[in-house]
Amino acid sequence: MPEKTLEKDVIVRKKKQSNFSMVWHRLCQDKVAVVGMIIIIILVVVSVFGPLIPSLDPYSMNLAEQFQGPSLKHWFGTDDLGRDIFARIVYGGRYSLALGFIGSLFTAIIGTVLGTIIGYFGGAIDNFFMRVCDVWQAIPGQLLAIVISTTLGAGFFNTILAMSIGGIPMSIRSTRAMCLKEREMEYLEAAQSYNCSKAKIMFKHMLPNIISPAIVGTTMSVGGTIMGAAGLSYIGLGIPSDIPEWGAMISAARSYSLLYPYMMIFPGLMIAIVVLAVNLFGDGLRDAMDPKLKK
Amino acid sequence: MGRYIVKRLLALVAIIVCVAIIIFTIMYFIPGDPALVSLGGSSTLEEREAYRDRLGLNDPYIVQLGNYLYNTFIKFDLGESYITGASVSRGFAQRLPRTLGLGLLCLLINIVLGIPLGITCALHQNSWIDHLISILAMIGVALPGFWLALLMVQLFAQTLGWLPPMGIMGEPYADWQYWVMPVLAGSIGGIANNLRMTRSAVLETIRADFVTTAKAKGLSSFKVTYKHMLPNALIPILSQLGGQFGMVISGTVIIETVFSFPGIGMYMLDGINNLDYPVVRGCVLMLAIFSAAAVLLVDLAYGLIDPRIKAQYVSYGKGGNKKHA
Repeated sequence: MPEKTLEKDVIVRKKKQSNFSMVWHRLCQDKVAVVGMIIIIILVVVSVFGPLIPSLDPYSMNLAEQFQGPSLKHWFGTDDLGRDIFARIVYGGRYSLALGFIGSLFTAIIGTVLGTIIGYFGGAIDNFFMRVCDVWQAIPGQLLAIVISTTLGAGFFNTILAMSIGGIPMSIRSTRAMCLKEREMEYLEAAQSYNCSKAKIMFKHMLPNIISPAIVGTTMSVGGTIMGAAGLSYIGLGIPSDIPEWGAMISAARSYSLLYPYMMIFPGLMIAIVVLAVNLFGDGLRDAMDPKLKK
Repeated sequence: MGRYIVKRLLALVAIIVCVAIIIFTIMYFIPGDPALVSLGGSSTLEEREAYRDRLGLNDPYIVQLGNYLYNTFIKFDLGESYITGASVSRGFAQRLPRTLGLGLLCLLINIVLGIPLGITCALHQNSWIDHLISILAMIGVALPGFWLALLMVQLFAQTLGWLPPMGIMGEPYADWQYWVMPVLAGSIGGIANNLRMTRSAVLETIRADFVTTAKAKGLSSFKVTYKHMLPNALIPILSQLGGQFGMVISGTVIIETVFSFPGIGMYMLDGINNLDYPVVRGCVLMLAIFSAAAVLLVDLAYGLIDPRIKAQYVSYGKGGNKKHA
């Protein structure tokens, strides 16, 4: 069938042009993923620029207006100190989103770099790090986060550290597994044969070929990180409760939840929306990067 | 196979000892003075000093670590709580059935609901039922468990008055009403997760060559689905159950605080708030042992189910397998 050969030929040529543009093109055709992406962009823009509006002050108290339900003046109501919950949610988005994105990115960078090195060299280094990972993974991630968070104390960067450390061994393992497969490929031999440095072989030749699963995995882990961080703040670790991070807001609202449930409904809803959007986008990204999964 | 089991068990022991060292080291750096917490602010400096001396908190790190390891692994003694003086092992054992019950119930529901629903979705891909269930699962993954738990308290306990809002009553396992909300809140995320995993695993096998072959042989679609497709699709899902156990158990720590459910999670968090090191160390160590043992059990069972893995045991015994390394 001549048509079919032709079509194949075109696809191969397209791939040669740019892998990124092809993924982007496929991603844009996935309506669900685009919706997820738009929601993420809106949320990021709102939480970055929203707090610049002077009337949205997350810390201004007004005891005369405490415990007000949602109204035109206070869209999401006010809390126990009369602070506007909408303003706090907008401002808190900075913390929650940054926690999710930076935490996942941190895990991914350390995991991917270590995984690539381990997978490339193999042998004793590989053996040693795999044993380290065994021990590391024996402690359930959330427990490890709780213990580390207790030791480091509350705070933004401490929470990022606590949340990301548990995910690193998983990331190392998956990158390493990809490297082991990739190591046998001929292009690496070719690179070696023209005297390429080891670092260049690892990070310039091998890494681009194994990075897509890592990108997808990182995207999918953002939601989990946001939720985990919120959980930490909820039990009193993580972000201190006067800072309007969404989990900390739920924690602060807990004492009043029986009488004023709206105080905890909105922050939780925001977490759910972000996680949903990130997962929708991640699903689309996975399909776009691995077209054989999609029909 | 026997050699493999022994090897894995020895590795497990080594891992647990390392975990104990790591937990001890992390906890060693926790700021704050347990003596101040236990004795209160009205205590004198000398009293606190004597208290620290008695507990060995003034010893150098290496001595403390040595004592801890000796007590834990040679005498099998997790120590006594700084606050109450009660044995940690006993406190742990008392609360364990509740947390374990909660965790196992959640895990059971995750499996019993998640996997069949996932299969249903995959077999009816792109039908209305697939879309409906997939959307619900997508939302289920995104809902924070502790928030859902709070909403449930609001709805079922506060508004409708069907269930008690917190705690448990009626020893040792409590009346079932006290378990409903914690189990529900703890399992919704897991159900949704399992569903999504199963769905994509089955969808992948639907397009596998051996399924095409089976169809081409003229097998009935029932046989193709249940004898050829599902067993192959589900094996990787089963292999993850061991890891899920650890996740569920640590997830219950937060769920327990919502419901003041007196299990390991509450015990541990009280320990954290009171700088009660032995309690926290004991709980984390024991939970790590439980989840590592669960992973090991599932791995072994996995080998019995999947002949491909069984074949690898032999080579692993000789120390030549990369997949398990």
